[in-house]
Amino acid sequence: MLDSKSHPNRLGIWGWLGGGRWGVERYLYTLHRLTGLGLLAYFLLHIVVTSGRAFSAAAWTRAMSQVSGPFFKVGEYLVFLAFCFHAINGIRLGLVELGFAVGKPIEPVYPYRTSVDVQRPLALAALAVAFVLAVIGTISMWSD
Amino acid sequence: MSTKFENISYRIRRFDPERDTAPHWEEYRVPYTPGMTVLEGLWKVKELHSPTLAWRSSCRMGVCGSCGMLINGKPRLACNTQIAELSSDTVVVAPLPNFDIVRDLVPELAPMFASHQALMPYVIREDVEEREHPTNEFFQSAHELEHYLQFTYCIKCGCCMAACPTFATDALYSGPMPLGQAHRYNSDTRDGGFAARKQMLVGEPGPWRCHYAGECSRVCPKGVDPAKAIQLMKRELVFDYLGLHKTKCPANVAGKPTDGKRRDNIPEAPPHTV
Repeated sequence: MLDSKSHPNRLGIWGWLGGGRWGVERYLYTLHRLTGLGLLAYFLLHIVVTSGRAFSAAAWTRAMSQVSGPFFKVGEYLVFLAFCFHAINGIRLGLVELGFAVGKPIEPVYPYRTSVDVQRPLALAALAVAFVLAVIGTISMWSD
Repeated sequence: MSTKFENISYRIRRFDPERDTAPHWEEYRVPYTPGMTVLEGLWKVKELHSPTLAWRSSCRMGVCGSCGMLINGKPRLACNTQIAELSSDTVVVAPLPNFDIVRDLVPELAPMFASHQALMPYVIREDVEEREHPTNEFFQSAHELEHYLQFTYCIKCGCCMAACPTFATDALYSGPMPLGQAHRYNSDTRDGGFAARKQMLVGEPGPWRCHYAGECSRVCPKGVDPAKAIQLMKRELVFDYLGLHKTKCPANVAGKPTDGKRRDNIPEAPPHTV
């Protein structure tokens, strides 16, 4: 490679959202990553909280009382919404990444129709299913 | 959009490695003519305001892939983008993101070509003698050609790499162009290099970092659809892992036509006129 005083221009995390005018699938990509990180954070917290049971029943009761407030109830609800999206969108990604719903190679004729357009109905269907799950869960969680 | 304006603004991200420590923006006004491309506008800026402005361009017809830039927030070819289609009287031009800036609008594309080279973008065959000194064509049907023809239109402009959110955060990821071209050769029936390329597709450089944001396909100026190539390559790799990959022997050398007999009802070709 040539030895030049070039300036770094990699977008980094900003590249997930900014730096351009993007399509729906890019925002699904970003949301999938963010919900994945959120579920991971919940999972770690869940292990910490429930591990109290290993020490004593009193420690368990104390841990449960600490996470029973409205703040954690809302947090739990957000985790559920993240789960709805992440699970259903994950199934879509699994299908797409195995080459389903992207179509076969075609002769590119302008205006180009890409695989992103071909799989769009699957993306919309996944969002619809996630929405229905979220509505059912919301009714179930907040109707008590 | 209305193209009634007589002048147009160019907002350009400038960087001179000899003087600047960081890129900065400069603005210029140039006369607008109907049908003007972003590249023609850059020539006007160079002619009227800033002779030191640097960029790459060559063919002016969307073939060479030199003039990839970030134009009004989207990676495009400057020669292939008319100012009228931008719906704005301000053209914002920056070098392609995710590549180091050599100077002004010139990106350092060498890492992309190094990744491309690492994935062996050429026909690999065991019969080296035939490959190097061919005696005839390798046989390939029109149907087999369709499996990879779309991916051969890649002009290596780097727009897909600039749009990829995974490549934005992961320097080890090969990116859409090299991976798409690896699939182009993997799906060529004349090629026998799938096993060799598979070794290079393991881990971070490989296709498993792609999670289908689809931006590479959306910005590709030639309709190559690298996202599709990458997903199809993943399927082939999964099939290979499960032992279901169709191992086609590289196509044979087509035999020379023999026993050809001219039908009686076909007239002779007319004599040469030149």
